Parts: sequence; structure tokens; C-alpha cells
Amino acid sequence: MAAPAIDVSAPALPRPAAGGLKRLLRRKSTVGVLMVAPLLAVILGLVAYPGVYAMFLSMLNKTETAFVGLRNFEFLLRRDTFQDVVFQSVMFALVAVVGKALIGFIAAHAVNAIPTRGQRKWRGMMLVPWVIPPALSTLGWWWLFEPTYSSLNWLLDKAGLTQIAWLSEIFWARFSVILVNIWVGAPFFLIMYLAALKSIPEELYEAASIDGASAWQKMIHVTLPMMRNIIAITVLFSIIVTLANFDIVRVLTQGNPLGKTHLFATYAMRYGLESGNIPLGAAVSLFMFPVLAILAFVILRNVRRRAMEL
Amino acid sequence: MARTGAAAAGASGIFGLPASRRRDRRWALVAAYFALGVFVVFFLFPPYYMLVTSFKTNEEIAALDTNPWIIEKGVTTEHYTGLLTDSAFPTYFLNTIIVTLCVVSITMVVSVLAAYGLSRLRFWGAGVLATGVFLTYLVPDTLLFVPLFKIVGALGLLDTYWALVLVYPTITVPFCTWIMIGYFSSIPRELDEAALIDGANHIQMLLKVFLPVALPGLIAATIFAFTVSWASFIYPLAYIYSDDQMVLTVGTVTTLIKGDVFHWGGLMAGALMAAAPPVIVYAFLMDYYIAGLTSGATKG
Repeated sequence: MAAPAIDVSAPALPRPAAGGLKRLLRRKSTVGVLMVAPLLAVILGLVAYPGVYAMFLSMLNKTETAFVGLRNFEFLLRRDTFQDVVFQSVMFALVAVVGKALIGFIAAHAVNAIPTRGQRKWRGMMLVPWVIPPALSTLGWWWLFEPTYSSLNWLLDKAGLTQIAWLSEIFWARFSVILVNIWVGAPFFLIMYLAALKSIPEELYEAASIDGASAWQKMIHVTLPMMRNIIAITVLFSIIVTLANFDIVRVLTQGNPLGKTHLFATYAMRYGLESGNIPLGAAVSLFMFPVLAILAFVILRNVRRRAMEL
Repeated sequence: MARTGAAAAGASGIFGLPASRRRDRRWALVAAYFALGVFVVFFLFPPYYMLVTSFKTNEEIAALDTNPWIIEKGVTTEHYTGLLTDSAFPTYFLNTIIVTLCVVSITMVVSVLAAYGLSRLRFWGAGVLATGVFLTYLVPDTLLFVPLFKIVGALGLLDTYWALVLVYPTITVPFCTWIMIGYFSSIPRELDEAALIDGANHIQMLLKVFLPVALPGLIAATIFAFTVSWASFIYPLAYIYSDDQMVLTVGTVTTLIKGDVFHWGGLMAGALMAAAPPVIVYAFLMDYYIAGLTSGATKG
């Protein structure tokens, strides 16, 4: 009985509403496009266009007068110094990210294990390295490593150990830049992991306790599965940032000794911009692109859900 | 005392928490504090050493027979006063403030407008653009500094700090837009409808409804933009050469180092003063920033 009544009235009602809705939609989308226009200008004009322009630049000769195809890339790959850069960049990123993730993981658990009242204070103290601009804190590390006055060597000396040539031996120079990178970046992992830990419902642990799970079993079967997503995103994101690092190596070693601590970015600055060979610099930094593209694709799969919510 | 006793009795009544488990828990707490102590020493000793050095006299810094970790021969503020009165340091500071204020303003206007448009005004391609915003955020500055050098040069901005005002938004805008989208999306749509029925237009709705509700996100995004503009290193190093246009990070690292002797006291004092504004901002607003940073990741 009620159904026919709706059928009759339905076509009559939506008609004016549809016209209004259409107008509203049109207006809304116009306003929307206008509001997004500045963002679009930034993304297209200052990120997408330079990205494409970099690819064009990388295929020119040094004076930018002739098109040379992929010869810059070929030239780079044949150079021993650049092979070192590829190796060092990859090793730097992997070792530093693992170090940061481990320290962040342990520190987050330590903070989470103490009474809530003290957590904020401890967390705040551990975030200091992340708050200081890295170029400036690296200056402090440089002074710590300084050969004549090194206060780290003073400590080693007092402890009866041999002093270390921190920045002039290849192994130790590589160790030093990674150490400083871990120091700067670990607090970020601490924050993310602590947030993840706190978002795990307490009931899961209670249920596990009732089932007689040990602390280790809780870690394997509750904590890690619940943190899996955030660990993945944080690690992937950190690989990008670490691979693209510039400040630390530039201030600490300038790529020395013998160019063995150069990363893509510092190498691009030194042998591209500062040597007046812009196409070569563009080519060097573009070597980061494939890695970034793959990582971005993987991260995006995780983040997609949020964009879909729109 | 009585309360904890009752609680413990109740707990053991239900779960039978054995004494060994309680001992484990106490050991876990000791281990946690021990780990925290080690980490805090690791994280704080470099800034501590910078601080100590910045207050030492040049003679003590140059002396090899003293304990470098403490001040033995008197405190001096000459490194600080020297920088502030007899160097280009105040110019760097002023330039950094100008650049940061401009970048933060531009960033917040662009990203708040865009985030509102993307989260509320459905239009063709909004979803794709939101994904694009995120992808842009993943593009590091070290990938773009070479082509942007050419672009900045073509615009005649090389060796002026306006070059920085132009290029910093490439880092700040995508992330701030992303944060704001997250906060705006969490605002219930009933709120818009109520405002629309009251006859509000989109700008009024944004200013009077969205911004107040999303204030924590706004603060988080502002801090992010501030931090990036204050700390950026590769762009000023690549685009700025003159002392009167220089900003703090590069000015401290390069100009103060020039000369035959390293003035370690002055260097450390400069680095600490340059790092002070972000440290102070974080000391007060850390919780907002962390909430903004982690909300995106933990929600997803």
C-alpha cells in the first residue's frame, strides 16, 4: 500500500532537487578546483616539471649545448668512484635504517614499560637529536671526532683503548656517518613505534596472559603483528630519506677519505653543481629515482586506503 | 597501602599472578630504566659537549691536558657575544626568520585550501590528486636541487633568499596538505550540513568550523613547515653565496669555518643559538606535533 504512494511522489520531488543539486555540485567542484589550484601549481611547477627537466638535463653534455643521450649515465657507471658511491649509498641506507629501527624499537618498548607519568619526560629527552637541524648537530659530531682534540678518543684513552682516526680511515669514516645518521633518525622511529604500541588494545595482552603466553610469545604473537604495518611504512619511508641524505656526509666528511663516504646527493653536489657540470649532477641524483619509485609504489599500497576514504 | 594490597589480592584471586611473575615485572622495569638511561646518554652527549665547548675559553679548548667533557678553567660567554656583535650571525638569523615566516604562511594557506577542497568538495580527479600529494612528499630535496638550480637561475633569484621561499614549499606543502586532509576528513559531515543550512559559504565554513576543530592538525602542520624551513641545508648551500642573503644552517657551517683556525667555541655557540628556536618550539608543542605525525600512520 505504501509502495505505490512513494512511486508516485518520487519523480515529482527529485526534479527541482536534482537541478539544485546539479548547480550545487557544479559550484562545489568549481570552488574545489580553485582551492586546489595553488597546490597544483606547486606540485606541477616545482616538483613534476623539475623532475622531467632533470631527465632532459641529464642527457646534455657538460656545456649543455648538445644532446648526448644516456652517455652521462654510461660515463658514471664506468667510473670507479661512482661505483663506490652506489655501494656506499646502498650500504649507508640499509645499515642506518636497521640501526634506527632497532634502537627505536627497543627505546619505544622501554618508554612504554615504565609508569605513564614519567613517559613524557623520557621521550622528550630522547627526541632532542631529531629536533636540532641535522647540519648543526653534525657540526657537534665533527668536533667530537676532531683528530687532535677528539673527546671521544680522550674517553677511549682513559678506558685504556687505542684511539681511532674517526674521519680519516675509510672504515671508521663510513662508521661515523652511519652512526650520526642513526643518532639523528632513531627518535623518529621511537615516536612512530611508541604510537603504534599505545594503539594496541590492552585486552589482547590480557587474553594472551590468560592463555599463559610468555613475554616473548606476546611479543611474537601480539605486538609484532599489530605493529607490522607501521614498521613497514616507517622503514620504507626511512630508506628513502636515508638514501637521499646530504647534510651529515657533507658536514662530517665531505665525501672523504678518497670519496669513499660520498652518497648520491653529496656526489651530485660536488661533481655536478660545484664543478659546473649540471647535466652530470642531474644524472647522479636521478640514480636515486628507480629506488624511490619502487619504494613509493610499495608505500602507496599501504597508504591507498586513506586516499580511498576521501 | 590498603588499596594496593586489596588490588593485588583481587588480582591474584582472579588470575593467580604468581610471585615469580611479579618479580619478572620488576626486573622488566629495571631493564627499561637501564635502557632508557643508556639511550638518553647516547642521544644527549653531543649537544651536551657542544654546550660545554661553547662556554670554554679558547685557551682551554686548545689545551690538550684538560678533561674535554667539563669546564675546568672558567666559564666565558665571549663566543656568544662575539657572534652577536662582531659577525654576520645576526644577519643570518634575520634572513632565516624572514624566509621561515614567508614559507610557513605560504605553506599553510596553500595546504589548508587544498586539503579542504580535496576532503570536502568532490571533483573529478580529487582522489588521484590526493595520492599525488603523497607521492610528492616522497620526492627528496636532493633529487630536485639540480634542476631547481637552473629554474631559480632563470627566474633571477640565484643568491637571494627569495629562492628559498620559492623552493621550500616543495617539501612543506605536500606533507602539510596530507596532515590537514587527515584532520579535515575526521570532521563529521553533519557539521558541514549544519553550517550550510545556516547559510555559511565555503570560506566561512573553512574559517569558522574547520580550522577551529582541526586546530591540533594546524599546529602540527605549522611546526613541520617551520622546522623544514629552519633546518634546510642543501638548498641554501646550492643557491646562496653572499653573506647578506645567507641563512643560519649554511652560514654557521661554512662561513664560520672559513679561515685557518677553527674557532670551535664560536662554532658550537653559533650552532646552539641557531638550533635554539626549533628546540624551544618543540619543548612547548611537542605533543601536537607527535599527534599530527603519528595520526596518519596509525590510522591507516
